[in-house]
Amino acid sequence: MRLGSGTFATCCVAIEVLGIAVFLRGFFPAPVRSSARAEHGAEPPAPEPSAGASSNWTTLPSPLFSKVVIVLIDALRDDFVFGSKGVKFMPYTTYLVEKGASHSFVAEAKPPTVTMPRIKALMTGSLPGFVDVVRNLNSPALLEDSVIRQAKTAGKRIIFYGDETWVKLFPKHFVEYDGTTSFFVSDYTEVDNNVTRHLDKVLKRGDWDMLILHYLGLDHIGHISGPNSPLIGHKLSEMDSVLMKIHTSLQSKERETPLPNLLVLCGDHGMSETGSHGASSMEEVNTPLILISSAFERKPGDIRHPKHVQQTDVAATLAIALGLRIPKDSVGSLLFPVVEGRPIREQLRFLHLNTVQLSKLLQENVPSYEKDPGFEQFKMSERLHGNWIRLYLEEKHSEVLFNLGSKVLRQYLAALKTLSLSLSTQVAQYDMYSMMVGTVVVLEVLTLLLLSVPQALHRKAELEVPLSSPGFSLLFYLVILVLSALHVIVCTSAESSCYFCGLSWLAAGGVMVLASALLCMVVSVLTNMLVGGNASRKNPVHPSSRWSELDLLILLGTAGHVLSLGASSFVEEEHQTWYFLVNTLCLALSQETYRNCFLGDDSEPPCGLRVEQGLDGATAAWQDGPACDALERDKGHRSPSASQVLRGHEKWMVLASPWLILACCRLLRSLNQTGVQWAHRPDLGHWLTSSDHKAELSVLAAISLLVVFVLVQRGCSSVSKAALALGLLGVYCYRAAIGSVRFPWRPDSKDISKGIIEARFVYVFVLGILFTGTKDLLKSQVIAADFQLKTTLMTKFIWKPLRHDAAEITVMHYWFGQAFFYFQGNSNNIATVDISAGFVGLDTYVEIPAVLLTAFGTYAGPVLWASHLVHFLSSETRRCLWTLDTPTLGQSVDRPL
Amino acid sequence: MKDTDIKRLLYTHLLCIFSIILSVFIPSLFLENFSILETHLTWLCICSGFVTAVNLVLYLAVKPNTSSKRSSLSHKVTRFLKCCVYFLMSCFSFHVIFVLYGAPLIELALETFLFAVILSTFTTVPCLCLLGPNLKAWLRVFSRNGVSSIWENSLQMTTISSFVGAWLGALPIPLDWERPWQVWPISCTLGATFGYVAGLVISPLWIYWNRKQLTYKNN
Repeated sequence: MRLGSGTFATCCVAIEVLGIAVFLRGFFPAPVRSSARAEHGAEPPAPEPSAGASSNWTTLPSPLFSKVVIVLIDALRDDFVFGSKGVKFMPYTTYLVEKGASHSFVAEAKPPTVTMPRIKALMTGSLPGFVDVVRNLNSPALLEDSVIRQAKTAGKRIIFYGDETWVKLFPKHFVEYDGTTSFFVSDYTEVDNNVTRHLDKVLKRGDWDMLILHYLGLDHIGHISGPNSPLIGHKLSEMDSVLMKIHTSLQSKERETPLPNLLVLCGDHGMSETGSHGASSMEEVNTPLILISSAFERKPGDIRHPKHVQQTDVAATLAIALGLRIPKDSVGSLLFPVVEGRPIREQLRFLHLNTVQLSKLLQENVPSYEKDPGFEQFKMSERLHGNWIRLYLEEKHSEVLFNLGSKVLRQYLAALKTLSLSLSTQVAQYDMYSMMVGTVVVLEVLTLLLLSVPQALHRKAELEVPLSSPGFSLLFYLVILVLSALHVIVCTSAESSCYFCGLSWLAAGGVMVLASALLCMVVSVLTNMLVGGNASRKNPVHPSSRWSELDLLILLGTAGHVLSLGASSFVEEEHQTWYFLVNTLCLALSQETYRNCFLGDDSEPPCGLRVEQGLDGATAAWQDGPACDALERDKGHRSPSASQVLRGHEKWMVLASPWLILACCRLLRSLNQTGVQWAHRPDLGHWLTSSDHKAELSVLAAISLLVVFVLVQRGCSSVSKAALALGLLGVYCYRAAIGSVRFPWRPDSKDISKGIIEARFVYVFVLGILFTGTKDLLKSQVIAADFQLKTTLMTKFIWKPLRHDAAEITVMHYWFGQAFFYFQGNSNNIATVDISAGFVGLDTYVEIPAVLLTAFGTYAGPVLWASHLVHFLSSETRRCLWTLDTPTLGQSVDRPL
Repeated sequence: MKDTDIKRLLYTHLLCIFSIILSVFIPSLFLENFSILETHLTWLCICSGFVTAVNLVLYLAVKPNTSSKRSSLSHKVTRFLKCCVYFLMSCFSFHVIFVLYGAPLIELALETFLFAVILSTFTTVPCLCLLGPNLKAWLRVFSRNGVSSIWENSLQMTTISSFVGAWLGALPIPLDWERPWQVWPISCTLGATFGYVAGLVISPLWIYWNRKQLTYKNN
């Protein structure tokens, strides 16, 4: 069977994607879920265990608190409350923590530290996976069991003010709500005033059981100016006064009701040193959790240090506090200090309910749950509990009873801890089998691709796909047999759940057939090459080949980058690697241009041959074709450019261009500090976006747009020129409308419109250019302007005169694309993805365009370079390709510097 | 290929290495609390001074390329001044390159500049000694197949190895080991020094091994 190289490559890419998908399915753990759905969850609560004697307590325990207020402050880091900032800005809270009737904890949020998964964790007690991040933008209603759902079914009245996410997660659960959107990150006062304005009325009314307030302002401040900004202090004082208001009001109300009230202050996630969140650093993970109630009265001198607990514990605690059933999927354990003041029988009952729930979850998710130490502890403590109940019912109030009771209590707490831990690790377990299958498929495709590169470089290559020879079919069937045997063995002996075993036989079989077919192909191509290699080695037409420094650099750089990814700090600081490599590349290029200019005809090996030697499969037979081809292409632009180079003025441009590029790189590099170690350093981007430097930013934006226009407009028709100019003007208007730059004629416009009209205006022009198929490209923004400058310089003065071959240029483009990715302020941290790019020109959240725009905004740099590569390689068919770039315009517009 | 030439080359290189070693040990006799890492800048100055001095002395003593025409004193003086200007220019251009590579622009400027000085000492000073302020000759030596004696060959090797050493020295900076030598520019200067020393050691050996293959145009 023969395949065209295009088809072959497409097939390889498709299979590769499949392999990666399988791998990812194994890598990202499936969440721990209870199989019983909440709808038919009307089973009675577990009765109190009793040995022999029958206990009459089978209903759920009654609530401990009459009203619960949850104040959730987005991005509240633990040191904002417990640290020096807390002492300074939150005096009332600090008083409550240190001397008041409260219990304080440091609740550890599991990554991803993004709002929606955190809200889910707080309310359901489960551990949302990384998949939930994708759904963070558009959170669909929560189907799992949660405290809110339980409270609703129990007839509690819940009021909610704050982040809209809650309203989306729990659409019909609140009797009254007012959602504020976190659409405008630059606003940090309105969002919170929107919440606080209801407070007086609601607190006076008192016809509710649960009040949830979600303040977004602190998070917005963090995103704008980081955790050390003076704005943080103001916001914390504001939050402190809100807390004081609620607390005093609750205290005054308490005299009317028999039960005390509970006030919960918590954060959903922390804030990193740069003010973002999403990853798993200590600052992002640790949040304060303070439970305030008159029930927690303490004697003077009773110092309670904040204990480290899990964020998932909140759900179980809230459920117990409100007398509700603990949510089914909760992996948290009850915060014991909350119930410490109750009689011992109640304490035991609460703990028993919690352990029963956890052990049920364990039974459903772990096949070998009986061997789990937590489960054994649970069984034992349940037995002890039963004995204690019997004693309790027989004789009351004795020393023995108390001692035994505290022993059972300790037993329960230990069981809870182990159970919770083993459930959490269950979530973090990789599905090794699926990962292996995915890796094998990906590796096979990769080897196949690598092996067939020399063939594929041949322009009209047709690849031999050997399938029918008897030896290989035998191998093929053997491999299938071995693989299915392996599959059966692995699936029958698997201890934990495995995705691949859960697949239907047909799908698993398909993957196995694919894997074995690929293996056979790799083997056959390899043997072919070995045979062919032996044949061609006899024929010693090895043209004198020496690798130029550039080839060496590119090879070493690529290999070095791959190796460097083995060290975690090199992954965190990957941008440094790319900047370093790109700089070195520029220097090497400049060295080469110098050599070419000053020693004109010194080193002129036919460079078209280089790549074939690099990949040197010792395949002389194949070499003729591509080499001739490359030579021809080479001649094509050698004749004009070689004569061009040595003309005086242009010669200097050639010599200066690498240095110009280097200078641009340095400028861009200081625009955004990314990574981990130096991310907190001040950078130009922050300086420009801070409100004091609006004028500079405006000038810069205008200049860069002008540069784009000047560079692009050459060779355009007048219509497209006009469209381009209008489009660029629209870009500026858009930025002015969202308030990041200012118009010269309207210096102090206070009204910040959404800029939607302007953005759409830009889109219309972009689309217009796209549809009319007019000539050239269109892109924007400082980076884009710079990019434009660079590519122009590059094409004009470097690549043309130097006559590199396709492989080298591809690698160079890739390097530059990667560097630009980091120049934009991205990093390997998911938190640096700028979601706001997805909302440019949109009124409300629309999933597909928002995701597309965000992706484009994030990968604008690599995409631009890739399209430039395509453009460069096929200079003849240039015009259509450039229009590819145009969509990136819209959001690179918005990308904050 | 004359073996005596190679021997002379080896001895001069050994002297250079010796001077670097001396620059590590001698200052501790006179200066309190001297160590390479803590008083790095002092060491940089001393090392650069030592290496320059040894190179000059060797140049005057050995005179590898005896130029045929005798020149007047004024010519010599202008030549010397030109060399100084070249040296300074190379220092500044190295500084610029380091900044382009990402060295901080304003803070640590002295450190960066001293790094530029030491790198110029390892690369520009030998070039100036051997080739003089003659850009044509430099270009010839540093292009392919342009060397015309073992001295120029070894010069090429030491220069390139110092650059590569400095380049490699920058690699451990992003690692989070928190070692004192990871501070800018210590790892780079150490890398450049090791590269220079390695070049000094390797080049005579390499020339010795390949003495059969090496043929020079003018020799």
